[in-house]
Amino acid sequence: MSDQLEFRVAIREAIIEEMERDDSVVFFGEDIAAEQGGVFAVTPGVQEKFDPTRVFDTPISELAITGAAFGAAVTGLRPIIEIMFGDFMGLSMDSLVNQSAKYWYLSNEQRSVPMVVRSAVGGGGRFGAIHSQTHATWFQGVPGLKIVFPSSPAEAKGLLKASIRDENPVIFLEHKRLYSVKGPAPAPDSVIPLGRANVARPGRDLTIVSVGKGVPDALGAAEQLAEQDGIEAEVIDLRTLRPLDLDTVLESVARTNRLLAVEEGPATGGWASGLLGRVAEQGLHDLDDTWLLTTGELPIPYSPTLEDAFIPDADAIASAVRERAGVVATR
Amino acid sequence: MTVDQQPATEAPAAYLERYGQMLLIRLFETEMQRLFLKGEVHGTTHLCAGQEAVPVGVCSALEPDDYLAGTYRGHGHALAKGTDPDALLAEMLGRATGVCGGRAGSMNVIDVEHGLVGCFGIVGGSIAAATGAALSAKGQRRVAVAMFGDGATNQGYFHECLNFAKVLALPAVYVCENNFYGEFTPMLKVTAGGDIASRAAAYGIPARTVDGNDLWAVREAALEAVERARQGDGPTLLECQTYRHHGHSKADPAKYRPPEEVEQWLARDPLNVAKARFADLGISEQELSETEEAVKARMERAVQAALAAPYPDPAEDHPTEFAS
Repeated sequence: MSDQLEFRVAIREAIIEEMERDDSVVFFGEDIAAEQGGVFAVTPGVQEKFDPTRVFDTPISELAITGAAFGAAVTGLRPIIEIMFGDFMGLSMDSLVNQSAKYWYLSNEQRSVPMVVRSAVGGGGRFGAIHSQTHATWFQGVPGLKIVFPSSPAEAKGLLKASIRDENPVIFLEHKRLYSVKGPAPAPDSVIPLGRANVARPGRDLTIVSVGKGVPDALGAAEQLAEQDGIEAEVIDLRTLRPLDLDTVLESVARTNRLLAVEEGPATGGWASGLLGRVAEQGLHDLDDTWLLTTGELPIPYSPTLEDAFIPDADAIASAVRERAGVVATR
Repeated sequence: MTVDQQPATEAPAAYLERYGQMLLIRLFETEMQRLFLKGEVHGTTHLCAGQEAVPVGVCSALEPDDYLAGTYRGHGHALAKGTDPDALLAEMLGRATGVCGGRAGSMNVIDVEHGLVGCFGIVGGSIAAATGAALSAKGQRRVAVAMFGDGATNQGYFHECLNFAKVLALPAVYVCENNFYGEFTPMLKVTAGGDIASRAAAYGIPARTVDGNDLWAVREAALEAVERARQGDGPTLLECQTYRHHGHSKADPAKYRPPEEVEQWLARDPLNVAKARFADLGISEQELSETEEAVKARMERAVQAALAAPYPDPAEDHPTEFAS
C-alpha cells in the first residue's frame, strides 16, 4: 500500500527533508553513511543525496561524536548524530549533561544548542542487558534537554522534523521493535510540536499512559479490553518525557479517575513513577486508583523466555488492567 | 635568540600590546586572589598566573572570529580572546553585569561575541567543544583552538578528538598548557611516555614542543599551526611548557612542589622573558612604563566597576529552560 510508511523510512525521510530544507543541518555517526545505512538500515542512501561534508561516518568514538556535535551546534551547524544503541549514551553523558543541556542558561542565553541525538533503544531484540536499555530516564531530570520517544511511523516523522528544527538539544529514542512497523503516512510537511501529549485513543473507564513502543502495546491492550471485557481505556502517548505534558494527563484522569502508567524500565527512578507522583500532587481529588506496569528491578535478560517475561507487552497490560480494575468490567 | 630570528610579522608596538595583555591577565589573577580572600569571589577559582604567554601568544595568531575553547583555568583564555575585563571580573563576583549575568562563574565563562565557545569545568571538555567548532569552522574558513592542560591528555576526549579531527582534516589547533601538574599530582607520575607532543605522532598529527613562557615562541608556533588549519591541512598539537605560580585551586597551597623547581620557573616569569627583549626591539623604558600604567589603570577600573555592580535579583531574573 503506497500510503503505508515504515518506521525506519519515516526517520530517513525526516532527515532528508530537513537537510534539503536547511543547509546548516548535518548528519554523522557510526556507519550511518555506509551503504547499509547503520546497523538497523535506517539511513541507506542519505549520503548520496548530499555533500560528504554534511553526511559522514565517524570513528567509534562516542565522546568525540557527541562533544563535536555540541561544539558544532554552538557555532552555526545543526547536527543530527546517531549514537547507535542508547546504552552507549553513558559515554555521551558529559557532553550532553554538562555542556549541551546547560549552555543556553549558563551563557545567559547568548546561544542555544540545536542538535538531535538519535539512538535505537529497548528490549525484545535478544541483544542482552547492554544493548537493550532505554536511556530516557538517565536524562529526564536534566533541565535544558528535550526527550522525544515516538510511537508510530507518522509520529516519528513529525516529531523528528520538529526535533531537527528545535533550538535545543533533543534526545530522540527509536524503539528497535518499531523499525519494521508500518503505519499510515502523515500529511506532507507534517511537523508535530514537542511537548504536547497525544490522546491516541479516547476512553471513559481508565487512562493508560505510555511512550514509544508502549503506546501501540497499550492500544492493543485497549482493543482486547474493549472487545473482551467492555472496558474503554483512554490511551495517552506522552511523545516527550521532557518537557512533560502533565496537563493532558490530568485532564484525562479528571474524566476516567484511574491511571495506569506503562514503562519499559524499572519502577524505581522511572518516568512512570515520577508521573504518578506529579498526578497525585496535582490531581489527587480526581484519582480513584493509580498504578504502574514496569519491568523488574534487574538488567534486561538475554534468553528469549526470560526477556519475553521481563518486558511488558499488550497482553501484560490487558492482564494488569483486568486484575487491578476488574471492578469496572461489565463482562 | 636575536630580534632577527623572531617572526617579523609585527611592529614592536604590537609586542608591547601583547605584553600589556599578559600583564592584564597577571593583574586580573592578583585581584582574583585578593578578592577571593575578601569573600567577593565565591566557591573556588583556578588562577593562571605564570601561564599568560600561552593564551596571549596563541590568540595573537587568530582572527577575531576564530573560535577558542578554554578551561576552568580560563581567565587568561577569555581575556586573550577579547572578553571585556569589566564583564569578566563582574562574572567572577557573581554580579548582574557579568559576561554571563552571574550565571556561570569562574569555571564556565562563555563569550560568543568574542569567539569564546566556552570555558569547561571538566577536564578535557574544551577539546571536544573545539573539535565541534572546527566542524563549523571548516565551512566558514575559520579555525578552532582547544586550550587544555597536561591532565586532559589522559582523558578519552583527547585521544578520540585528535583522531576524529585528523580523519576529517578539521581546522583545529590543540594547545596543551603543560604546567607539569594535574591538580596536585606531578604530570610525569601519571603520564605514560613522559611528554605530550609525541602522542600526536600516533595520529599522524604534526606537533611541536614550545617554550610556553616565551610569548614569541608560542606566537610563532601558533602562526604555523593556524596557517596549516586555514589551508585545509588539518590539526596540529602544540605542547606549551609552562608553570602555574599558584596551586591548582583556592584550596591548594601547592606544598607538593620542590622549592628549587618553583624558583627556577619564577626566574623564567613570562612577563620578564618578554621584557628582556624590549631593548633589542627598540622599546623604551618610558613606553613600557606607559603601557604598564595604562594596564594597571584598566584593571583598577574593572575592579571598581565590578564591586559597584548589583547582584542579580532573583525576583527580576526570568530565565527560560529552553530557547525558542
